[in-house]
Order: sequence, then structure tokens, then C-alpha cells
Amino acid sequence: MRGRHAGLIISALLSIASVVLFFTPGLNLGLDFRGGVIVETHSPTAEDPAHMREILKAGHVNAASVQTFGSPQDMRIAINLPRGGEDEHVTQQLVDHVRTIIVQAIPGVQIQRADAVGGSVSSELFRDGVLALLFSLGMILIYIWFRFEREFALSAVITLVLDLTKTIGFLVVTRFEFDLVMVAALLTILGYSTNDKVVVYDRVRENLRKYRTMPLRELLDLSINETLNRTLGTSMTVFLAALPLALFGGSTLTGFATVMLFGIVVGTSSSIFIAAPLLLLMGQKRLRRGS
Amino acid sequence: MLYYSRLRMLGVVGICLISVLLCLPNFIKAPSQSLPWHQVHLGLDLRGGSYLLLQLDTKTLQHDRLQSLEGEIRQGLLSAHLGYRDIQRDDAAAAVLVTPRSDSEKENDRKVLNDLTPSIPGELAVDEKDGHFIVSLTKEAVRARAREAVSRSIEIVRRRIDSTGAIDPSIAREGEDRIVLELPGISDPQRIKTLLGTTARMTFHLVSPDPTHAGPGTTMLPLPNGRGEIAVEDRIDVDGANLTDAAATMSEGQWVVELKFDNKGADDFARITTQNVGKPFAIVLDGHILTSPVINGPITAGRGIITGSFTAQSASDLAVLLRAGALPAPLTVVEQRSIGPSLGVASIHAGVISLAVGFVLVVLFMLLFYGRFGLYADIALFANLVMILAILSLFEATLTLPGMAGILLTLGMAVDANILINERIREEVRQGRKPLQALQAGFQRATGTIIDSNATAFLAHVMLFVFGTGAVRNFALTITIGIATTLFTTLVLSRMLIVRWYAHKRPQELPV
Repeated sequence: MRGRHAGLIISALLSIASVVLFFTPGLNLGLDFRGGVIVETHSPTAEDPAHMREILKAGHVNAASVQTFGSPQDMRIAINLPRGGEDEHVTQQLVDHVRTIIVQAIPGVQIQRADAVGGSVSSELFRDGVLALLFSLGMILIYIWFRFEREFALSAVITLVLDLTKTIGFLVVTRFEFDLVMVAALLTILGYSTNDKVVVYDRVRENLRKYRTMPLRELLDLSINETLNRTLGTSMTVFLAALPLALFGGSTLTGFATVMLFGIVVGTSSSIFIAAPLLLLMGQKRLRRGS
Repeated sequence: MLYYSRLRMLGVVGICLISVLLCLPNFIKAPSQSLPWHQVHLGLDLRGGSYLLLQLDTKTLQHDRLQSLEGEIRQGLLSAHLGYRDIQRDDAAAAVLVTPRSDSEKENDRKVLNDLTPSIPGELAVDEKDGHFIVSLTKEAVRARAREAVSRSIEIVRRRIDSTGAIDPSIAREGEDRIVLELPGISDPQRIKTLLGTTARMTFHLVSPDPTHAGPGTTMLPLPNGRGEIAVEDRIDVDGANLTDAAATMSEGQWVVELKFDNKGADDFARITTQNVGKPFAIVLDGHILTSPVINGPITAGRGIITGSFTAQSASDLAVLLRAGALPAPLTVVEQRSIGPSLGVASIHAGVISLAVGFVLVVLFMLLFYGRFGLYADIALFANLVMILAILSLFEATLTLPGMAGILLTLGMAVDANILINERIREEVRQGRKPLQALQAGFQRATGTIIDSNATAFLAHVMLFVFGTGAVRNFALTITIGIATTLFTTLVLSRMLIVRWYAHKRPQELPV
């Protein structure tokens, strides 16, 4: 508990920085939420992005980005949704058009992926993603409120919000595409981090009954130490499970798993350094006097 | 607490064995046709294929209904020998505005309007405002029509897809006005999109007596090959819905589409051709005139041919569309995702390797840190994996790459329960408890915590399942199933293993 103020202040500063990052430069929205077209190709020989750009230009397509990924034979072409283009036809025709000109220009090329998401769908997906996050937070709040006391629920949710903002900050800095899979990652981090807090709080509650006279500060220290092995052990196993996903998971899962790994570290440290000090701050008066 | 009855043990072992059996269909072929052989389905991202989200254009649906309503009102007033100053459609308000000719006719007008036949019970509402009549479609009727149209569209989409020979397509409604189409193995859906992008509504109209100007009740429609436009009467004389068959054939060295009508179609066709010999009529497909021949004489056999500049392909495509029937309204693709077969294979590899490596890492960690109890946790972990797979197979659920990630993360979190129990037992031992009491206290105290922590994770992922779509939903599904199996394998199975071991050995010290 000694470093509690330092911990809280550092955490709050990091979260504030993340919120700033969220507004500028903002998340790198993926296809799901931005709308547009993504085509991934696999050519029989190494291909130059500049060449691909020329092929597209000859077909009157202005790509937002053309880059190789993984190997020089694999290329990813992203095209943003035409501005203000409410017309869903445009996006759908564009993906077929791009496919056709690439297949004609590069013999033997394979189209690995061809996705097109229209404007209305992408905004719905975004809304649903945000709703999923908010409802999850709400449900967790309600659950902890029922199972514990108000102080526990509030400090848990505040800690979770701090975790979440930092993860979003991490997403902004790393420029990983924010798509539906990332929302899943955020929710998993949320669930995992809650899990961690619940275990610590459970012990706090138990100790509150066991040591009726111990000052709250000491009691929280004791509870954190008693659960420390478990906290680190579980973080380790989840980390070990997510690690191969980041290493071998391919383009779909690398970003997801990397964010998970970050979230596990943040969630674990917040269980130790943030959740309990917050409880001390909020519960001083109500849970126990004299500390 | 520490006693497991023989029956209960048999139950636990039985569940594990059944799970193993349920997993078998994924790895070996069915030995007999009669066995229920349920398998996990691989998602499109793993087997390659296309996902299309189609949106039904409900605006057109409503527009069409208003247009026919307008015609009915005109017809109704005329046949009651009533005039009108103006009849107007208001698409935004889903209504038709009727301005009466004079106040004296108002009562009779109202009678005619109230007597209009609704196509759905309770469809029409007649109001009067500022001397106009407003005949509007009720909200419920508009919604019911959309729902019905989606069902009909699904049927027609299925027929059109089947005619392309696609294997194992899945077609389902999503929300109020959308259809999800999944086409395994078709990684280039261009042809399907074209096929679905056509409404294929064919109608037969008379050409207006004054073909160069659009008057009331007529519309200018484009002629084929950019030969300009002519005015065609809005009234539908024969509807393509009355077709029973359509086929592409050769006639006088040209590709034509031959049509056969049902009784109503044949009657309509006979009437119109008998009454209008020498006049031109128009065959209209989706707002474009296919051909506008002059009626040479009565056609009463219920057959007809469409000529035009067809190729073999375009004639047979048109025949397919006409046979499958017209969509009630245009369908627009609003989302497409296609995965090539080789990327699918690569994703399977990525998923399986990640799963294997992750599983081994977690197993080793538990063995290293918790010894014998770690081994029991690992056995439970393996049972957990088998059970998740068993449940997915039983319901023939789909597994995607994010779904595999969900399984792996579940396994990483599943041992949390074992860690909680083991740590608790360690603590109790450290406080000087005897082995039996330490075990008892460890299990008892850890159980509440385990349930609490799993409940919160469960809630978060149920939310994800409710609001998520596609692959993300699958992730939430595997995690949710995983949480349920975790509770069983840790609270029941691994505990039983420890208890059995203790009952056999009666050790003086616990290996924690």
C-alpha cells in the first residue's frame, strides 16, 4: 500500500494520455467499422507494391494503401469507402472490379481475401461493438454490486475503465486495426481483469470478517499478498495461452493476441496496484475506521 | 465433502467417455449410415468461401404497393363514375392523396375509398384533411409486407443459388429486412452477385397510344440497345408471376426464351391479345423493355416467346431467373467477405499449431509449479478440451479461427480454478492444517471465488454473443461453452482425482 498514490497517479496519467490519443490521432479503424474494400493477393513470384499500384491506377482505382505483409508474394490492398457514398452498389462493384483487374494483370495470382463492407453495415457494426462493451461493463458492475458492496463494485469498474483506456491507448500507438475481433479482445481482457479483481476482493471480504480489528490498509496489503501467487500464476497461464496466437495466429489473430498480451499485463498489475488502493480510498470510512 | 460415491464417480467418468465418443466423428468416418455422426463445421474463414449480406429494398416494395394502390383508386373512382382533381403518391408518408372534384362527390368518394380491398387485413387507413383524402398504408402492414417479402426472397434466392450448383449453401434471415448467404467453396461470388442483383420481375404492358409522351398512368421506359424510350401503360396486363416455365431455345436461328403460363396467365394473355390486335405491347423486365412486338393475332395457348438480341448464355440466364420467380423487391449486397481456399488451409494450420503449442505450454507450467496436483489439473484440462469439442460437435456448431482462439484462451483461464484451489491448499498447509483439513478447506473456500470469477467472464461474453456478428460471435460461443465445461472439469473432475488419490494413499504431507 505504500506506493499506492504513485500507482494511482501513474495509472491515471497513462489513461488520460490514452484518452487524448483516442481523439488524436484516434484508432486505426479496420474494415468492419470504416467500410470499404480489402483485397489480399498471393502472387506466384515476389511482387512490388508500386507495380500493384500501377495496375490499379490503370484500372482507375485509387487504393488507400497497398502493402506486402508476411512475404513479398502476399499483398494487401485497402480502399476506403468513397466519401459520402451512401450507395452500397459502389462498394460492391468496386471489390469485383479490383479482383478482375488484378487477375487479368498478374498471371497465376490468387485472391486470398476479398471483403467489401458498405457504409450502413459498418456503422451498425460499430454501434453494436460499443453497445457490447458498455453492456458488459454494466453487467459486471451489477454483478459485483450484488455479490459485494458498493465500494467494491465502484472501485472494480473504475479499475476496469482505467485498464480499458490504456488498452485503447496501446491500440492507437501500435496502429493495429480496430475491428470486431479487437472488440472481442477488449471484452476478453475485461472479463479476465474482472476475474482477477474478484479474486482479490473475495479475499478482502474474507479477511474483513476474519480480522475484525485490523486496519483496512494492513488488511488490504495482507489480502494482496495472500492472493499474489494465484494472480501471477493465472496471468502466466493465460499469457502462455495467448502467446502462440500472437506468434503463429496469422494476420487475423496477431493483432488480437498482441492486444490480449498487453491487456493481461495491465490487468494483472492493476489488480495489484490499483484495485486495492482504490478500495482503500473509497472504503476508508465505511468498511473500516482507524486506518 | 471428500467422499465420492461410486455412482457419482461412474457419472463423472461416463460424461468424459461420452465426450470422447462425441468427438470421434471429427476424426474418423462413420462406420455405419444409421449412427448419428455429428461434426463440427468449419467456418468460411477456415474452408474458404463467401459470405454475403443482402438487404431487401423495402422502399421499392412500398413504392410498388403505392403505385398499384393509386391505380386501384383511379379505377375505383372511374367505375363509380366519380371524377377527381388530383391523385398523388406520397412515398415518404406511405400514402396516396386524393383531391375530390367537388364537395358534392365527397361522400361517394369516401365510400369508394373505404371499399378498397386491402392486400393484408388492416392495411389501409382513410383520413380526411384540408379537403383531401389521405389513403395511407399502416405501419404494421408495411412491416408485415417486408417480413413476408424477406421470406419469399429467401425462397427465390435458394432456387437461384441451387441452379448454380453451389454445394451446401446456407441462407437465413437476419433482422427485419436482411438475408445472410453463406457459400462454402465459392471464393469468387461475382456470378452469384449478378444473379441476385436482378429482380427478374417480368410484366406485359400495352404501349401507350401516344408513345412519345408520358401522360397520366403511363411511364417512359428505355428500349433495348439504347434505342430511346417509349411510354408504356402502368397497368400490368399479364404478370410474370403467372409463368409456369421458361426455357432458352433456338427459333429461326436465334436464341429466344420460351414461356409457358398458368391458367390465369393464359387467360390474361388471350384476352389482351384478342382485344388489341395490331397494337404494340411491351415485355418489361426490371424497368427495361426487353422487346415490344406488335400483336399479330390472338394467342390463346398460354405460350409465348421473347425474342431479342440474346446469346446462348443470356437466354439461359434469363430462363433461370424467370423460372425461379421474381424477387418482391431488389436485393442489395451490403457486405461481402470471401476467403480463398489456400488462405483457409493456412488459417487451419495457424489455429491448430497455436492450440497445440498453447496447450503444451500451459500443461508444462502446471506440472512444473504444482507437481502431482498440476498433473491432475492437466488431466482436467485435456478433458475440458475434449468436452468443448464434444459440445460443438453435438450441436454441429461452426468453428472459426477466432473460435479456436477462444478455446485456447478458455484453456489458459481454466487452470485458474486449479491454481486457486492449489494455492488455497498450500496456504492451509502453511497454517499447520492436517492434509485432510487443508484439502477440505481449500476446496470449500476456493469454490465461491471460482464461481464468482467465472460468472463475470460469462456475462461479458454473453454480451459479445448478443451484439457480435460472424467470427466474433463464434469466439464468444466457444468461450461461453468453455466456461461451463471449466466449471465441471475443475470443480468436479480434478477434485475427484485429488480425492481419489488421497483416499488411496492417505499421505502425511500434501505435495503442494
